[in-house]
Amino acid sequence: MPVTNVLIAGVGGQGAILASELLAMAAMAAGHDVKQGEFHGVAQRGGSVFSHVRFGERVHSPMAPRGSVDYLLALEQLEALRYAHFVKPGGTVLVNEHRVEPIRVADERPYPENATGFLEQRGFHVLVLDATGTARELGNHRAANAVLLGALAELLDLPADTWERTLEHRIPGQLLELNRRAFAAGRAALTRA
Amino acid sequence: EKVAFEEAMGAALGGARSMVTMKHVGLNVAADPFMVFPYAGTNAGFVALVADDPGMYSSQNEQDSRYFAKVAKVPILGPADAAEARRFTAAAFELSERFGTPVMLRSTTRLAHTRSRVEPGERREAERQPFSRQVSQYAIPVYARFRRVELEEKLALLREFAEEFQGNVVEEGSSQIGVVTHGIPYQYVKEVCPAATVLKLGMLYPLPRRRLEEFCRRFDTVFVVEESEGFVEQELASFGINNVIGKVRFTNIGELSADLVAAGLTGAPVRPDFSTDVAILPRPPVLCAGCPHRGVFNVLKKLGVLVTGDIGCYTLGCLPPYEAMHTTFCMGASIGNATGFSRAGEERVVAVIGDSTFLHSGLPGLMSAVYNRVPTTMVLLDNGTTGMTGHQAHPGTGHTLKGDAAPAVDYEALIRATGVQHVVVVDPWDLESTERAIRAGLAHSGPAAIIARRHCRLLPVEKAEQRTPYSVVVDECIVCEECMEAGCPALVWEDDGPRIREWECVGCSLCAQLCPADAIVAAGVA
Repeated sequence: MPVTNVLIAGVGGQGAILASELLAMAAMAAGHDVKQGEFHGVAQRGGSVFSHVRFGERVHSPMAPRGSVDYLLALEQLEALRYAHFVKPGGTVLVNEHRVEPIRVADERPYPENATGFLEQRGFHVLVLDATGTARELGNHRAANAVLLGALAELLDLPADTWERTLEHRIPGQLLELNRRAFAAGRAALTRA
Repeated sequence: EKVAFEEAMGAALGGARSMVTMKHVGLNVAADPFMVFPYAGTNAGFVALVADDPGMYSSQNEQDSRYFAKVAKVPILGPADAAEARRFTAAAFELSERFGTPVMLRSTTRLAHTRSRVEPGERREAERQPFSRQVSQYAIPVYARFRRVELEEKLALLREFAEEFQGNVVEEGSSQIGVVTHGIPYQYVKEVCPAATVLKLGMLYPLPRRRLEEFCRRFDTVFVVEESEGFVEQELASFGINNVIGKVRFTNIGELSADLVAAGLTGAPVRPDFSTDVAILPRPPVLCAGCPHRGVFNVLKKLGVLVTGDIGCYTLGCLPPYEAMHTTFCMGASIGNATGFSRAGEERVVAVIGDSTFLHSGLPGLMSAVYNRVPTTMVLLDNGTTGMTGHQAHPGTGHTLKGDAAPAVDYEALIRATGVQHVVVVDPWDLESTERAIRAGLAHSGPAAIIARRHCRLLPVEKAEQRTPYSVVVDECIVCEECMEAGCPALVWEDDGPRIREWECVGCSLCAQLCPADAIVAAGVA
């Protein structure tokens, strides 16, 4: 079975790494060989963060090569652009509508206006979700990662009960219900789309 | 790291298997015991897990610890994934006990920040080995000269061991492509060139000379794929093995990747990102909303002083909008650097150092300033934790890494005990008193310490605290941009002026204090 490559990107604090951990655990529970490799920078918050999750029969590199990613999950639009070159031709980009302006360091150009249009032009299959808005409606904008993960789950072939068990296992009690609902909302959003 | 190393050393000498962990720059701090310990050798197993950071993801230099181990004449095992890390850890202890030597287990950022399947092994209890008080093994030059000779003899035995070590393996493939590699780059080779015949090294020092000679003879040229410096390549050259392609194709700068390894093996270009077609703005990390460091940097910027920095989240004080940290080198450097700047004639210098860094290595610098009568001004950013690396406890937090209660260092008493007479505690959320305190510290004729005390915003105790978020009263706003000097991620600039994302705001009030028009108020007050 070929290796499935997922790249999850976002801004520090949005939960990109947690989402990738959940995916890696669900894939492992489903019997795959899994590797997850991540980058988070020097501080706790605000920087660009990415995490690769690869699963299949045998995975070597913890990071997917450029042009090989099947699904890019971006918790923020600019971060979708930053890592889009990892996506294979015709691959899927699941992007949260949310925008987070970076602090300005020696780059005065405006925030790119039509990020999703750009990605579509490049031949990627782009799915846009208001994950942050959905999460806020459910009670906490920080659950946007679970919304996107739910949408990804709809596209992947991992058994539903492994997802459920993974959420239960990894998410602390008081946040479990919120994350369950966010996950379900993400799934539903994609079914509608 | 030095203390941890020495404690682990003591424990190993005392008969308990011991491991000490650090990154490359930590090994610099622990270099003193690291270099001397091999002379005595260990009693029970001793393993130093050292992680290098190619690409400098969270470091300020790239440093190849394999050289360090070679200088110390310490053997290195280098795993290539998590499962191997587990196996090699056990192997490292066995190696350590078999030869009575400390062993380095070498990792890198990529390996350390990877999760993958690990099958647990059988736990075996190691018996405590009693310490024998043979002074000649452990002390003074007259004895060490004998140990020096023994060290070379031990190294010769380790060279023989390397030839038979099961972690050095040949994976047969094409007779045309030979690769010598180890660690994470091994995974890249397997990823992009599964057909290659690979000699995968598990023991990185000493290298198995005969096996390498035999392997390299089989090919016209052999690719040596290793991250950072050409350590293996240079060792091969010293064995007279020269039919290799190494650093000329695989850069010694930064981190390798599957793409770079593919490019090195085939000459094919690396697929570019989209930055030539669209504005992919850089996104450096920022201080959190409500971060207590922010108030201090606002004041330091306003005062226009020279600021020597240290290691922690607060290095971000060097970025806009503060740009109020002018040097950052290594743990504890801020205070010594400030003293040096003063002695060079710089008039107004402030050293900025966090609580955990101060306890790690700030104290000697402070004592030196006091002792040498240099009026160094230090701001101690006491956020009650080790913020940057994930809230590890330290001797000032009042609890241990395991969460048990522990005595907490009394910073005021500790600093006064060094002879600093001017010690002031301020709340960095209060800009006015913070400014007053730093000004007073600078004006004081001797060394001065300002302790800016407020918890890291990400500590659970702080997160639980509910404060009213602030908002901008648009009609009152004069669009002066003063609030943006806070550099707060909860503050965003809309078309007609600033707005506060209420769900991000933690109610620190810093932007409101900066607003000259009183247009920022606690939400619900207006």
